[in-house]
Amino acid sequence: MDVVLSRDGVADLVRQLRADGRRVIAPVRRDGAIRLDEVESLDELPTGWTDDQDGGSYRLHRIERPELFGSATPAMPWKRWVYPERTLLMTAERRDDGITITTPEPEAVPQAFFGIRSCDVHALSILDQVFLDPVDPTYAAMRRSTFIVAVGCARPGGTCFCASMGTGPAPTAGYDIALTEICTVERHDFYAESGSEQGAVMLGRLDGRSPTDEDRAVVSGLMTDAADQMGRRLDPTDPTAARDHYDHPRWDDVAARCLACANCTMVCPTCFCSTTEDTSDLAGVVSRRWRTWDSCFTLDFSYVGGAPARSSTRSRYRQWLLHKLVTWHDQFGTSGCVGCGRCITWCPVGIDLTVEIAAIAREPGGST
Amino acid sequence: MVPIAYRVEWRRQDLPDTVTLGIAPVEAPLATPTPGQFMMVWAFGVGEVPLSVSGIGEDGRLEHTVRNVGAVTAALSRARPGEIVGVRGPYGAGWDLDRATGRDLLIVAGGLGLAPLRPAMLEALAERHRFGRMALLVGARDPQSLLYTEELEQWRGRFDIEVEVTVDAAPPSWRGDVGVVTKLLGRAPVDYAGATAIVCGPEVMMRFVAIGLTDAGVPPHEIWLSMERNMRCGIGHCGHCQLGPEFICKDGPVLSWTRMEKPMMVRER
Amino acid sequence: MKSIRDLLAEHPVFGSLDSSLLELMSGCGRNEHFDSGAQILREGADADHFYLLRSGRVALEVAIPHRGIIVIETLGPSEILGVSWPFPPYRWAFDAKAIEPTSAISIDAACLRRKCEEDPVLGYQVFSRFAQLMRDRLQATRLQLLDVYGSHAG
Repeated sequence: MDVVLSRDGVADLVRQLRADGRRVIAPVRRDGAIRLDEVESLDELPTGWTDDQDGGSYRLHRIERPELFGSATPAMPWKRWVYPERTLLMTAERRDDGITITTPEPEAVPQAFFGIRSCDVHALSILDQVFLDPVDPTYAAMRRSTFIVAVGCARPGGTCFCASMGTGPAPTAGYDIALTEICTVERHDFYAESGSEQGAVMLGRLDGRSPTDEDRAVVSGLMTDAADQMGRRLDPTDPTAARDHYDHPRWDDVAARCLACANCTMVCPTCFCSTTEDTSDLAGVVSRRWRTWDSCFTLDFSYVGGAPARSSTRSRYRQWLLHKLVTWHDQFGTSGCVGCGRCITWCPVGIDLTVEIAAIAREPGGST
Repeated sequence: MVPIAYRVEWRRQDLPDTVTLGIAPVEAPLATPTPGQFMMVWAFGVGEVPLSVSGIGEDGRLEHTVRNVGAVTAALSRARPGEIVGVRGPYGAGWDLDRATGRDLLIVAGGLGLAPLRPAMLEALAERHRFGRMALLVGARDPQSLLYTEELEQWRGRFDIEVEVTVDAAPPSWRGDVGVVTKLLGRAPVDYAGATAIVCGPEVMMRFVAIGLTDAGVPPHEIWLSMERNMRCGIGHCGHCQLGPEFICKDGPVLSWTRMEKPMMVRER
Repeated sequence: MKSIRDLLAEHPVFGSLDSSLLELMSGCGRNEHFDSGAQILREGADADHFYLLRSGRVALEVAIPHRGIIVIETLGPSEILGVSWPFPPYRWAFDAKAIEPTSAISIDAACLRRKCEEDPVLGYQVFSRFAQLMRDRLQATRLQLLDVYGSHAG
């Protein structure tokens, strides 16, 4: 089902989601960036702000019109609300008769991702492949309890390339409701489409009007224009040409720039690697086991025979890029990249994976 | 991802830095591992490590041979009979001995690599008629660092398996061979083209052994290596053990040379 | 009883020589037998023979002050003992001791060197076999140097 909602109608959507007991996670302006946090009303969204994103650069500035979704992908990905940075796996307690081990019930607070972009919706389906077979109980519980309100991107960010990856700018699947904001001099409303039963039920509770053919044409035009505005491109299967280029000289070149800071893996909406740590109380009676995010850019991420398997930055960057863009296809049948551009924006030295993989996919010494 | 309690029944000091623990489930046992699979073994308050299974006993009993190389293995090495350790698993793909039925069987171990091969060896010996000729080739640094010496002597006494042991250096009292393990490859009396080889040892040793076996005529898809990488989860979630497209924890640890040759020939993969 | 030529023809390293070359080479050979414990080569001594082992086993040893005697390689049937004879100063680099009763064809080094000089075809055949042998030994030595089983392995 599809309807056209006013700004008030969308504000009501936030109220209705909260009335259903969901915490609503949405983009907010904080610390000079668009981030994600729980909101109580639509007013907390960064109305009238947009972002300038480029390799290693991010700035917010005001725009004339009161767009709710005028900014592109938020600085942080949504993954922490289905795959928290730190999760308690178990608590063990020493008793006279042995050790008892208890596991916490997975947290499953009903929630809504409000204003998630198509690239990030695709990222969730990629994480599903990792964490639902075999099942990670925390992820499964949090994912199940998430209502998805996606937003079509009328203003792509400066580092986006979802159009070429086939992951945007218009949401195509994996949402309960998809919104497209239409904000011109004449009008400010939202085309809303349901993608699931519960999405349709929710739209039915809102005060909208039936869309006209003109509304649909405007939305389609916005999406086409957005796709055309993206300056970068990456075909999802092109990188597989780099499969065996382990010794490409470009790896040395990118390694000379890469700081191995792991920012790209932290902001990536699909990077899923984790480590575990055990803590113990001073008495040595209670021990807890935690899972925390990890990054393949850390020296001790992978080791063999007690020594790091990838001691050079070159090999760690290579592992990240080839996994994301090449071996991910072997493992899960898709690219691990959704074209959100975060790793480019948040790289302190502005390394652009679309440029790097294009160079590496060419034969070493081949013409440019 | 949650271990269950196993009690240490016995502990044997194999080498100065290596012990074997015999453990038994406190309550219901985990599924019985197959040779080549591994378990995640947990020391209270310290952490968890992947350990290959070096013995599969009655009623869910397991044996693990542990070399003390880090905090967790140090804690496990210190475990005394009666103590509790946590175990989960079994994980991964082991050696598929059924596929080797009717073929000659070459078992090649380097150093501690004999530990995960031991259950495969015992299973093959228990069903000796299923295989053609059988040879166990063992390489170690020196005679003092050989594992399971009593068993090696028993096996050497059998007439239905050729056991060759070589060390890199030895005192004159050593009556066995001295030289690299690859030297044994061409010497074992098997039909190489019709042999299946199962190999475990340090990565560099396995690389040279796989190349030597190929040179001797063993088909690459009949050479099975047990790969080592650090693992946190055992189920393909934590990402640590990736080697090229493989998650060593679930696609391996036992993988064919066909799949491993390329990644093993690239530095820092 | 088999002739030296027959025994040479059975040996995997030299068996593939042309019949005439086998004949030439066998003129420098004779059968030898060593009891267990017998010293066959001594470090620093003249490399005046080498041995094509037929049965038994030989240990190459080196004595290291404060560490005693270390066996660095054992050689068995169809292997060759002695690779210092083709090159000046024609001296053994290691001790070699029979650790089992050992039979070998011993080849007189001076005799074979002279025949190799006189007949470059024989020279090429002999030296290319020793080059292969030394490459194999070098590879094996490098592997030993790697100390692949060291305690750094988990």
